[in-house]
Amino acid sequence: MFDLNYWPLIGIPVVVLGFALRFNPLLVVTFAGLVTGWAVNFDFITLLQTFGEKFMNSRQLASFVLILPVIALLERYGLQQRARDWISQIKTATSARILTFYFIVRECSAALGLLSLGGQAQTVRPLLAPMALGAATNKYGELPKPVKDMISAHAAAVDNIAMFFGEDIFIAFGAVLLMDAFLKENGIEGIEPLHIGLWAIPTAISALIIHLFRLARLESKIAKAIVKYNAVEPSI
Amino acid sequence: MSKIIDNEVIQSTTAIVTIENVYILIGVMVMFLVVRTLQDKQHPKKLTTALFWFLFGSSFLFGDLSIALFGAPITYLIVGISIIVIALLAGCNLVSMGSYSVLTDEQQTKSSKLLGNKLFIPALMIPVVTVIFTVLLNGVAINNVYLLDQRHLTLASLTIACLLSLLVGWKITGGSPVEAVSESRRLVDSIGWAAILPQMLAMLGGVFIVAQTGDSIKELVTLFIAPDNRFMLVVLYCVGMAFFTMIMGNAFAAFPVMTAGIAMPFLIEGHGASPAPLVALGMYSGYCGTLMTPMAANFNIIPAALLDLKDKYHVIKVQIPTAVTLLAVNIILMYSVVFND
Repeated sequence: MFDLNYWPLIGIPVVVLGFALRFNPLLVVTFAGLVTGWAVNFDFITLLQTFGEKFMNSRQLASFVLILPVIALLERYGLQQRARDWISQIKTATSARILTFYFIVRECSAALGLLSLGGQAQTVRPLLAPMALGAATNKYGELPKPVKDMISAHAAAVDNIAMFFGEDIFIAFGAVLLMDAFLKENGIEGIEPLHIGLWAIPTAISALIIHLFRLARLESKIAKAIVKYNAVEPSI
Repeated sequence: MSKIIDNEVIQSTTAIVTIENVYILIGVMVMFLVVRTLQDKQHPKKLTTALFWFLFGSSFLFGDLSIALFGAPITYLIVGISIIVIALLAGCNLVSMGSYSVLTDEQQTKSSKLLGNKLFIPALMIPVVTVIFTVLLNGVAINNVYLLDQRHLTLASLTIACLLSLLVGWKITGGSPVEAVSESRRLVDSIGWAAILPQMLAMLGGVFIVAQTGDSIKELVTLFIAPDNRFMLVVLYCVGMAFFTMIMGNAFAAFPVMTAGIAMPFLIEGHGASPAPLVALGMYSGYCGTLMTPMAANFNIIPAALLDLKDKYHVIKVQIPTAVTLLAVNIILMYSVVFND
């Protein structure tokens, strides 16, 4: 009954173990590829060629580097400071409110297919994170590094979560087309991309509610972290 | 997850901004950074860092040329060997930050006061121009030559948006594009090896496909299945999607394996589950996994580097509570909507 071939699975424990032991991820992933190839009796040259082919065919993943020069230039001339100053003019702005506003705009625009309106390199680093930090600095003065990191990490998370759970509503998005193609290939007829897109809405709304609830509590978390830090500070 | 799969779209005839041209542009930029790294006298790991980026840049700058000149097998072999060297350089900690001339905080504040809100224009231009070009230049051709690569419309539009915004940035700040690329070395170096991880993972995914790892996973999962227990089947499908996505770093890779392994035979055929909500909620369960894994480097690890976070897993840690709650919601939702009887 158990004619299961376990050898092709060997890469998975290699990846998990490698990450757990904190080896460099590039090394872990390459090693996992080599071990998997060896386990299924791949010819070494063919394996290297497979490496090269897949690497070359996924080069579009590196396209974010094209955004970096203009961001670096603008930062040199004070973009992050400007973002902070601008937000400080809005007296009612708080970190949580800024992130909440961004979350809603990002999820709705992603649902309309406008995925490239945001992104970690183009909006989070130059604009969103500095604004969220600026609002907190306004309120508490200079922020300790752990609090800065907490707010910045939340800014990155907001962009990811809002985009992931908004994009599937847009029926021309790759994931929806992939699901549609999969069902058709497997002989299930009568499903339109629109049906799949509609069934993305409940989760999208749940994501909105869950994450906005967490953001609503972010302000008090920041306040607590500041108090904690200030209690340690006077001794220095 | 913005890798758009546009396979069905018109197989490219010719275009002015082709994906190959974009790769050459990236290659030129990376090579320029290699030169700057070599000129950096205070760089602690100058030669190895330069070699690391040179090998990376080569696959962009010379890759397609080499395929045309020497054929695909040799090119893929050379890139494959480069990948091993890249991994060893990063693994032996031979790639690092260099030294950079950064303006002081006061200088930056002074400049930001001087330029004011005009500084936002180039930054906001990137997304806006990308969207406009994607919409307006879809299918636009002059004499049968498309303006933008139709299979990679977003990427081609993004490239043009970046170039235009560099020019506008030049006008506003007085800093030339050459200065901009030099400045970007600071960002590229702070991202470091994480910049290459997404491609490495795509490569591993490719090896898994050739090794038929998916089939083995499918068989492994079916060992745990109790075919009559609907709730456990739903849990297994959703958690399996999340877990396998965490391993592969991409829900698209997990989807066919888990859906063909669990959802099709046991839920759709076995219990008459409704396919549309089933696969949609299954895919979303995978996305919950994406939020929790370092393997989704471009969403979780690169931002930590970009934002200069002390803990590289900080973004993931912030995302876990939302991801786990949402996974539970998905399971309950799936269990309550997919069965018709």
